[in-house]
This record gives sequence, structure tokens and C-alpha cells, in this order.
Amino acid sequence: MGMDFSTLRTLISRYCVGEENWVDSRTVYIGHKEPPPGTEAFIQQRFPDNRIVSCKYTFWNFIPKNMFEQFRRVANFYFLVIFLVQLIIDTPTSPITSGLPLFFVITVTAIKQGYEDWLRHKADKAVNECPVQVVQNGKIICKQSRRLRVGDVVLVKEDETFPCDLILLSSSRDDGTCYVTTASLDGESSHKTYYAVQDTKAFTTEEEVSCIHATIECEQPQPDLYKFVGRINVYMNNEPVARPLGSENLLLRGATLKNTEHIYAVAIYTGMETKMALNYQSKSQKRSAVEKSMNAYLVVYLCILISKAVINTGLKYLWQSDPNRDEPWYNERTDTERQRHILIRAFTDFLAFMVLFNYIIPVSMYVTVEMQKFLGSYFIMWDDEMLDEELGERAVVNTSDLNEELGQVEYVFTDKTGTLTENNMEFIECCVDGHVYIPHAICNGQVMPGASSIDMIDTSPGPDAREREELFFRALCLCHTVQVKEEETVDGIKHGIHQGKSSSFYISSSPDEVALVEGMKRLGFTYLRLKDGQMEILNRDDEVERFELLEVLTFDSVRRRMSVIVRAGSGEMYLFCKGADSSIFPRVIKGKVEQVKARVELNAVEGLRTLCVAYRPLSPEQYQQVCHQLSGAKLALQDRDKQLAEAYDIIERDLILLGATAVEDRLQEKAADTIESLHQAGMKVWVLTGDKMETAAATCYASKLFRRSTQILELTTKRTEEQSLHDVLFDLSRTVLRHYGGMSRDNSSSLSGDCTDFGLIIDGATLSAVMRPGQEDSNSGNYKEIFLEICRNCSAVLCCRMAPLQKAQIVKMIKASKEHPITLAVGDGANDVSMILEAHVGIGIMGKEGRQAVRNSDYAIPKFKHLKKMLLVHGHYYYIRISELVQYFFYKNVVFMFPQFIYQFFCGFSQQPLYDTAYLTLYNISFTSLPILLYSLMEQHINMDILKKDPSLYKDIAKNCLLRWPIFIYWTVLGVYDAMVMFFGAYFLFDNTSFTSNGQLMTTNTQMMFGNWTFGTLVFTVLVFTVTFKLVLDTHYWTWINHFVIWGSLVFFVVFSLLWGGIIWPFLNYQRMYYVFMQMLSSGPAWLSIILLITVCLLPDVVKKVIWRALWPTTTEKIQILPVKSSEGQSCVCGLIVCVR
Amino acid sequence: MMASSYNAKDEDGHHSGSVSHGGAGTAKSKKPDNTAFKQQRLPAWQPILTAGTVLPAFFVIGLIFIPIGIGLYVTSNNIKEFEIDYTGVNVDSPCYTCANNFSWNSTTSCSCTVNFTLEQPFENNVYMYYGLSNFYQNHRRYVKSRDDRQLNGDATALKDPSNDCEPYRKIGVETIAPCGAIANSLFNDSLELYYVEPSGALNAVPLAKKGIAWWTDRNVKFRNPAGVDLPTAFKGTAKPVNWRKPVYELDPSDPDNNGFINEDFIVWMRTAALPTFRKLYRIIHKNQSSTSTLPSGRYVLNITYNYPVLSFDGRKRMILSTISWMGGKNPFLGIAYITVGSICFFLGVVLLIIHHKYDTRSNSADIPN
Repeated sequence: MGMDFSTLRTLISRYCVGEENWVDSRTVYIGHKEPPPGTEAFIQQRFPDNRIVSCKYTFWNFIPKNMFEQFRRVANFYFLVIFLVQLIIDTPTSPITSGLPLFFVITVTAIKQGYEDWLRHKADKAVNECPVQVVQNGKIICKQSRRLRVGDVVLVKEDETFPCDLILLSSSRDDGTCYVTTASLDGESSHKTYYAVQDTKAFTTEEEVSCIHATIECEQPQPDLYKFVGRINVYMNNEPVARPLGSENLLLRGATLKNTEHIYAVAIYTGMETKMALNYQSKSQKRSAVEKSMNAYLVVYLCILISKAVINTGLKYLWQSDPNRDEPWYNERTDTERQRHILIRAFTDFLAFMVLFNYIIPVSMYVTVEMQKFLGSYFIMWDDEMLDEELGERAVVNTSDLNEELGQVEYVFTDKTGTLTENNMEFIECCVDGHVYIPHAICNGQVMPGASSIDMIDTSPGPDAREREELFFRALCLCHTVQVKEEETVDGIKHGIHQGKSSSFYISSSPDEVALVEGMKRLGFTYLRLKDGQMEILNRDDEVERFELLEVLTFDSVRRRMSVIVRAGSGEMYLFCKGADSSIFPRVIKGKVEQVKARVELNAVEGLRTLCVAYRPLSPEQYQQVCHQLSGAKLALQDRDKQLAEAYDIIERDLILLGATAVEDRLQEKAADTIESLHQAGMKVWVLTGDKMETAAATCYASKLFRRSTQILELTTKRTEEQSLHDVLFDLSRTVLRHYGGMSRDNSSSLSGDCTDFGLIIDGATLSAVMRPGQEDSNSGNYKEIFLEICRNCSAVLCCRMAPLQKAQIVKMIKASKEHPITLAVGDGANDVSMILEAHVGIGIMGKEGRQAVRNSDYAIPKFKHLKKMLLVHGHYYYIRISELVQYFFYKNVVFMFPQFIYQFFCGFSQQPLYDTAYLTLYNISFTSLPILLYSLMEQHINMDILKKDPSLYKDIAKNCLLRWPIFIYWTVLGVYDAMVMFFGAYFLFDNTSFTSNGQLMTTNTQMMFGNWTFGTLVFTVLVFTVTFKLVLDTHYWTWINHFVIWGSLVFFVVFSLLWGGIIWPFLNYQRMYYVFMQMLSSGPAWLSIILLITVCLLPDVVKKVIWRALWPTTTEKIQILPVKSSEGQSCVCGLIVCVR
Repeated sequence: MMASSYNAKDEDGHHSGSVSHGGAGTAKSKKPDNTAFKQQRLPAWQPILTAGTVLPAFFVIGLIFIPIGIGLYVTSNNIKEFEIDYTGVNVDSPCYTCANNFSWNSTTSCSCTVNFTLEQPFENNVYMYYGLSNFYQNHRRYVKSRDDRQLNGDATALKDPSNDCEPYRKIGVETIAPCGAIANSLFNDSLELYYVEPSGALNAVPLAKKGIAWWTDRNVKFRNPAGVDLPTAFKGTAKPVNWRKPVYELDPSDPDNNGFINEDFIVWMRTAALPTFRKLYRIIHKNQSSTSTLPSGRYVLNITYNYPVLSFDGRKRMILSTISWMGGKNPFLGIAYITVGSICFFLGVVLLIIHHKYDTRSNSADIPN
């Protein structure tokens, strides 16, 4: 009973939560203690318990709910309706014919989903019943995880996973920090540090913790993993002290505690309200272009189906108006039928015709397409050429729905860092006041101190300069968020780093920072660790310097800089700031700006990533002010981010420039080759990067995105400052259009005149100006159009200084442009996720910046170079395969159903099926299903090496060209033609002549007449053979599997027919097929006409193919003949291979 | 000019069967066969349809089809066929009275006589058919109106046949055997053929009733219900509404040809595919003497007119035909073969021209590559 009540309560509370969500913040009472009277009202809010429900079904609701889910799909619903109609009315075909396939599909899906759900149930149970240690009244109590409630204080030990979202109260470490890995949440395996609130970190035992008297106010749960705002009120002697809470205090469910003995924390979000659970929601489904055309065809066929049924019903009643035709003496209706109203009869007839022709939209097409996609995607995963030996990673397919879309890509949007480049940063040089320091690579573990080759730009550095130099080094050692990954013992750290041994190393979410800190190590300043808020640095004289870390103004992509405020041992306070040159220079008031700027620009042109470093000494008063501003912003519950940004803006000013650093990010292997191939394949490649223009442009040149011949158009803030955006845009579009206008005019004279192509560079600021919806200026609405027009004519576009959201905006803009091109986005970092989700196809690179891109992508590849094979080979194949699959499926069902339609004209529109029930059912399921499925898995119309070598072949299938209407109509017309040939061929053989079997050959019997079932069987035999041979004609790649399946399925048809007609099947109440097939085969004319009809059916297609190939060959077709011509060369290669072996 | 080729990698892989291809697979593969499959590098035959490859096929098809067609056509033309319509639509036709005075209730049967002349003698076995026009034996309601269990001698189905037989399932309490519309409308005209001797005497032509149905139908698919004799076996059932005799008295002359295994009945039960159809009625076996089976001359066809077709504008015919190895008279197949063969031949010529003209062009274009 109690159990029931608790479930009831949860149910009620879940419903109530709906209302409470409207309250924008929640109050949590730590340990469920009421706040001291007078401070605030104690409102008991109801929160859900900590039960995780990831399963969809329960034992009881599985069948109804699963059925409901499945029949919500249009296709399934359609077949269900057909099935029900068959059950209700007197239909020509038995309900089994559509019920059996539907039942099969539904059952298989249900079993699969049921199994998955059972696994989820098990997982849920394991999670929900896992024991959790809770502090109650100063004692530790073990609870099941699902019984955990908001406000409970939880004890978590090392290597345990957090049971819900928790606010850290105290940790076993003295400094109130703990280390956490979020590998299971976002794939980042680095340890992150979380902090306890100053006022609670001292409570380190159960007894103490249960004395904490505090309330937490925080926002209602949000799915964003990295955002959290809240406030804790700690009551010290009934005096509330408010402290800000941020994401650095919030321990997320699913993360694991590391390197910390134990922590105490309070639950604030439980169960389905945890951030992990809120992130369960799957991303929106992407649909491929092929699927869209398939649906369009489906609509066409549905119209054909309905019109067929309407026509036949109409004709039926016209024909039946003569009562002797309607009800001749030999064929009377039953009384109940006679009494039915004519309208009802007509409607039933309409439905019966629908049922009769419903096979034109086969349930098996959906199954086959799904299977093709699912099985086909394994070829991507198995591909050894996309295996990265270093990482040991293969390509990953997250959605197989988009395989064919890979063959349709027109725009490629790629990130630069980590995608085009390796994101393997190497510190190259630094420049302090114009002195350039280049650390030698560490040879034999020996670090050359700062004396390493110094390029003297200025005169000899005086003592002042030396001081600045050291300040610069210290700044770089301090201004970062790098952690030291510790090996087992704490003592080892210092030792390890000092010795330069690999026993410990730096980890950071930004590889730049690691490169910088490591670079500093080579220049003599080693960052040791952060301990008790003290950063320890080992300077050149092997002395440990300690700086107290006061504040960290974290990096964000809008500000593009970060700062730290530290207090040196001597008590001076500094603000060190490092960031992109564009965000530092405007804030600098002193320093050798000119020299540094020159060096930065020089480095940027070489493709190096540059950062500027500046500092600002703070007086205690200034620090107080800073503290005040920061804490004010941090305590805000609303718009905290905005307030923080404002505070940062105020603090990070009046800087003194120290110098700049340069870090190299090498191009990924074969990136240039890949980009070139994509270009040749007719794709437009856009680089979207947050980097600065010069660096990005240099990378673009290196990766051959821009060639020397490329005419670069700039659309940057620099230009728009000189001219108005309007003028610049019109200027550029004129340049582009003039060129192309000229091109088209003398197009005929010279095809090779295509020497100048355009490259566009645009930066984030200008882009947002272009994209801004025009309110005041009527012209501004056109900017987007003009911009798109320019882009359309540029082979390469570089967008620099992009915010993550802008990347997605660009993709969206291109997607929405009037040609609706297919877009693909490649990226490796969290900042690319939005664009990966936005593009038609999102590809994640398994890079160094965590796994977020991979998790959100449709496909993930280890390296950028694998994109080439992915698109040019796999994409091409999948597109060819699936388009043939779709066209063929419609074709084979037209051929299947059209004779039956014509037959209605000869059987008094009585819905008499032409084929036997078994044939109707099995045609799509077994006689003709496997060959096409196999074709759609194995077909290779061109050798894959040629596809890779000649990317221009990709253009042959661009714009969904194999699924355009003309081709679809060709297939349909071919289907109708074949159907006519089959039907009328058989008709003329039966009509008016004695189409008879020559019985003497087989038995002593003589002349025997054939009936309607023989007629149908003859048509059906021709049908199965024709349809299979059509595929034979289309197959270009015959492995033994193809041979086996194609010939096997024909043999199966014959064997099945022999068997089906060979026995009186006791479970059937009709024996209409008994010996029909054998009798047919024992007749000479039947053989002759089968051969004749198959030939006539295939003839036009063969002729069309051959003539088209001879007269208007596509590039593909030209290439296909080539290997023949160079067969001698190939046999040579062959011999070679044999020799080698 | 062969446009199909084995891909270079096949030669070594196809026979040994366990060798993987390409640089990628070889090094790491543990299961080489599997890897070749996984890498999509299975050895394969890669044929391509070009004018060059298809050309010979077209000529070959043409060369094969045309002779076959001519053979079929000649054979079909050699078949002798005679057809006579005895419906009695016109006033001057002999069966006009019978056709127009037809009543289901009349107990006496009406008969009429049709005279005709065979210009040429019919050699070998001659097959006698009745043909019906505008008779929708393929109507859905009609096709399914039968019970194969009952016809197979199933005792329960005999007493309780399938509902498909409605409205020809029961009369009162008695079930109809055989039930259903098909059985009910059994063709029951009887035809007798007489040769008019030059002397004027009528000489009955012997008509064989057996051997007109499929052997499997007569022996397996159709069976009489078990019983001491047929009348007891069918006890408790009624004859179909339109029948004059119960099913066990269909052929008084031959006790083995009664019940469900009556061959006329079996032939009728195989529903025709099209509304105009003919069904085998009798066989006139070749006589041992050297004279032809049906010598040329005058004949008399004696019809017992029981089967009304005028109400639905139908026609009844009697057909006499000889057969050949390819069955009955059927010029269509021969003509079709000749036509298709000629088209293939013609297309072959067209393709030859195309091939000659365009392939050289593409050849020269490809050479630089």
C-alpha cells in the first residue's frame, strides 16, 4: 500500500512540477532545515524524486503504446487502414496478403524496441537502486538512489558517480576543491576543478555538515551543461551571508569524482530534472533529399492509386447499368448484398479497388530502405582507409538516415582549428617589447634557458627590459586555466615537472594554453601547480615563486581574452590579461604597441596563432573595487552573464602591453589535397573560423583553398569603415558579375578561360551587418541577396572572427537560399556544434577539443582527410544505390499492379485479382526483394579508386539528378510499358485461340484448357523474370554474392511455384493453384511466349541505355569504358601483384 | 571490342577466394575474405552495356527469333479449325426457336440441328470445343463461388460448404452439392456430330468424353465423397438449382465419370481467364483406318439446347480443331516472334551505324588520357 501511495505522490508531484516550472527560481533547504524565523518564509516546494526514467514503456502499456507509436508513422498507418478495410469489407485479396507483411514489420520493430526498452529498464533499475550515502542528523544513512530528494546532503567518495546535480559544500581537500571528470557527459577526459563555497568548506565531517544552516536559491533546471546561476544563504548566528553559486560549484549527475577522497554536497536537481536527463532529448531528425523525393513519388503513386480506384469504380457502375451484366443468371448476388444501398456498395467497391491495387505502395519498400541504410552504414564503419592508426579510431555513423546525402553535398562548411589544422599546438616564439624569443626544441630533455636565439630588434635590453621580460614570462605562467595532471602521489608533482619527466603533464580544454605553458617551461619558467589558491612557479634560478590567485576572469569567445588577478609574494597585485590582438590593443595604454603589432601581423601572415599579453598593476583600492564589481555581478540571479561581461569590460582596461606569443597549428595531413578534391567535385568550401583574418587566410592559402590565381574579395570591417557596406557590396557584386557575364559571352570560344576564380573573405562583424534585418533602410533587405549572389560566384569563402552562433547562421542562410543546396558542416569543437546541427549533414572530427562535436554529429571521422573518401566514394555509392533502389521499387510495383488494373477491364470490374494470393504476398517480400537490397548494398558503377582519383565524377550526381522527375517518369513509363506487354502478350495468347498445353509431352492426357489462374501465373512469371533481369542490366558490379542472390531468387521463385502448386495444401480452403505452374511449363507456347515477352519488355531499356551511352555519354559512362581500353596496363599490374605475392 | 572486363584485382582473388585486395586490407586482416567484403573490394565482374557488346546479341536474337517465328506461323497455319455459332440470334438460324423459347422450368428439352460443310479433311485427333462469349467466368463473385474442400470429397464440407458459395449454398435445409455459382451454371448443352455420307445417311462421329480434363484434377483435386455408391455418398444434398440431374447422374453411360470427377464438370470448374473463351468438349480420336478423322463433306450438328445465353447477350459456338506441337491455332505467337526478331535485327543495324560513327570519336577523345 505504502508503495502505491508513494508512486501516486510522485505522479501528482510530477504534474505539479509543471506549474512550478513557471517559477523562475527554486529554494532548496539544505538538510531540509527550516530557515531561521524572520528571515524568509519557509515554503516547502515539491520536487520530483531522484528516479531516472529513460525507458518508454512499462510492462502493461508496452503493447498499446508501442502500437500507437508505430502506427503514427504514415506508412504503417496506411497499411493498417488497408488491412482493416480488408477485414471489414469483402475484398478481392485476403487480409493475410497485407496483414502478414505488416504484422512482420510491426512485430520485428516491436521486439527490437521492446528489447531496447528492457535494457533501459535494467539500466534504470541499476541506477535507481544504487546505494547513496546521505547525511541525516549527523549520521550516514544508505539510501537507494531513487529515494534521494532535493535538499539531501550526500556523501560521495572517490571514483563514485554523482547521483544527481549537487552543490559542493565541502571536500576532503583543505582548499575546498574537488576534481571531477565529465567524460560520460561531454567526453572530455580532463579533470576539472570545482569549488566549494568559502563559508561551507570548513564543514568536513558528517556532524559538522548536518549543522550547516543554509538555503540555496537557484534557477529552475536548464539543459545547458555549462550554465548555472544560484545563490547560497548561509546563516551564521542567524545572520544570512549570501554567496554566489556558479557552474564551478555545481557537480553534475553522471560526472565522476577524481583525486578527492570524499565530498559533501547538497542535492538541488534530482531525477528527470538533472541536467543530464534534460539533455537526453534527442536532436531533431534530419531528412535526406532522397527521402523527400521518395515521399513526393509516394504522393504521386497515392494519386495514381486513388485515381485507378475511382476510374474503376466509375466504369464498374457504368458497365453494370445493364442488369444482365450486373447480375446474369449464372452469377447472382446474395440477398444481403442486394439490399445494400447503392452508395454503400459503391464505396465498398472503391475500397476494394484500393485494396486490390494497394501493393503499388509496398510496405517492403520502407523496410528495404531502412535495412539498406542501416546495413550500408557498416561499410563506412568498416572502412580501413578511414581508420586512424594513431588514435585507433574508425569512422562513426550516428545516423544512417543520411548516407546518400553524402553524395549530394554542394557546400562544405569547415572549421579551421582542429579540422583543417591538427590542433596540435607548438609554441614557436614570443616577442617581448620587440625582442623575439625562440625557444629551441627540447633536445635530450635539456631546456635552453631564455638565452636561446634572440632576435634583437631594439637595442640591448636594459635591466628594465629584463624585468619586463620576466614579467611577461610570469604572466604567461599565471594567466591560464591549465591543470597539472598528477600522478599518484602528491610529492611526485613537483619532482616530476622539475625533471621534465612525463610523470605529470598539463591538461587544459584549450591546447593553446598548454603550448604556451610548455613554451614557458622551455624558456625557464615552469608552472608547478595550484595549491591552496597559490600558484607555484619555478623560475630560472630554480626558486619557487608563489602567487595567490585572487580572481579568474574566464575566457569567452565574445571577449576573446581572459585574465587573472594575482598577488605576488611581495604583496603587489597584478591583473594579467591575454587574448586576441584585436581585443587587447584597444585596451592598451602603454607599451611598445607598434613593434608588437608588426610582429603579430608578420606571424599571422605565416599562419601562426598569435596572442597578446598585457598587464595592469592593481593598487589595493583598485582591487577592492574590482572585487566589489565582480561579486556584485556574480551574485546576480538574472542576467548574470551580461553583468559579468560588463564587469569584465570595466576591469580589463588601461592595460600595459607586454608582448605577444605565436603558436603554430600545423595543417592536417592531406588537408590541401582534400580541399582540392572537394573543389574539383564542384563543392564550395567555406572556412568558418573564430581566428583572425590573417592567420585564417594564411591557412587557407596553405590548404589550397585559395590559390595564387584566386582573386580575393574582401568584405571586412576595414573596408566597410572606408566605404559604406552598401557600396562595398555593390562594388563586389559588380566585379563578380562583370566577370561572369563576360565569361558566358565568350564561353564558346575558350573553355579554358576559367582561370580567375574568386575567393571571399568576410569577418563576423560585417557578416552580422549583412544579416541584420533591415528596418530603417529598404535597401538593406537586399544585402543578403547581394551577398548570396557574390558567394554563389566564389569558389571559396573564408569567414573569420565568427562566433559559434554565426556559423550556424551562415549555414542556415545558405540552406535557405533559393537553390536550397545541400550543406555539410565539419568541425571538431564545441563551438562547431551549432553549425553541425544546422547543416544537412554534420560531421564531427575526433579532435582534441572534447567529444561534443562527435556526439552531435551525424557522422564522425578521425581526420579531415577522410572526408574525401566519405563524400567522393561512400557518398557517391550510397546516392547511386539508394536512388536506384527507390526508382526500382516504384518501377517493379507499377509492373506488378498495372496488369491487374488492365485485367479489371476484362473481368467486369469485379476486383478479381490477376495473381494468386501467395504471389501477391510474396512478390515484394521474397521474389524480388533480395536482389535489389543486395544491389543497393554492393553496387559500384565505377571502381572506387577512380572515384577518388577523379573527383569531378561527383558532379555527375549533383542536384539529386537521379531522382529528378524526368527520370522518375521514364521509370514509370517503362513500368507501364512492361505491364502492357505482359498483359496483352498473355491476352492475345489466351484470347480467341486455343492456348493449350501440349499434354502429350508430359502425360498421356491430351488437350487441356487453361483458366484464369494460369493466365495470372504466366503474367507473373514473365513479371518476376523481367523485373529481375532489369536489375541484372543495371548491375555493374557482379560479385559472387550478386550472382548467388539474383539467380538464387529466380530459382527460389520457380521452386516455390512448383511446391505451391504441387501439393494440395490442407490449410488452404482453395486449391486454385494446384498444378497450374507445372501445366503451364509443360506447354511449348508458354515457354515461347515467356521468352518472347521478357525480351520485348527489356528491349527498350537496353536500346535506350546503349544509344544514350553512345550519343550522349555522361562523364561516368565515359570513365566506365576506360579500364577496358587500358586492360593491358591492368594485366601488367596484375602480374606484378602476383609476383609480389 | 569487349566492353566488359574483369577488374584487375579479380584474377588473383577470384579463384583462390581468400585473398584480400588493396593495400589497406592486406596488412591487418585476420579474416581476409571478410575484409575484402567489408572494404567493398570483393572480386567482381564489371560488365558494361555498350553498342559494341549489345550488337552481336541483337543480331543473334534476330537470327534466332525470325526462324522460330516462321516455324510457328507455318505450324499455326497448317492447323485446321472450324467454328460455327449456334446461338440462334437470327430468325433464320436453326436454333432461333430454342433460344427464344427457353424456360428454366420446361421439362422437355429443345433440340435443333445445324448443318455445315468441312472443305478440307481433318487429320489426326480432332478436338471439339464449345465456346462462349460475353460470359464472365472471371467475375470475382463467380470465381470464388466454389468450395474446393467439398470438391475434394471432404465429408464435412459436403454438408457444410464454405460461405463463398452463397447464394448457391443451400436450398432450404439441404446443402447443394456441388455448391457455388460455377457449378450451378455448368454448361449443359449436349452436342452430337453426324457425318452425312454421300448416300445421305447420317453416320454418328464417335466423341470421346474422357481425357479432356487435367489428369491431376481428375485424380487428385476432384474426388467424390466416400460412400458405398454415389447416391448414398451424396445423400442429404440437393442438386444445384439450375441442374436437371443430380451430380451423380451426370454421365449415365459411364459410372466412373460421375460425381465430382465428371470430366465435363471438371473442365467447367476451371474458370476461364477472359469473357470470351472456349472449353474442350470432346475428342474425336484418329480412326485406325487410313481415312482422315473427319473427311471433307457435309456434317450435321445435333444440339440439345439447354443453356441460355441470350439474356446476357452471349454467344455459343462449336469449334473443331486439330492441334500441333505448339497447341491450337495461334498465329499471334508466330507473328510476334517474326516482328520482334526483325526489330532486333533492325536495331542491330542501327546500333552498328551508331557504334561505327560515335565510338571512333570517343576513342580518339580518350586516347590522350
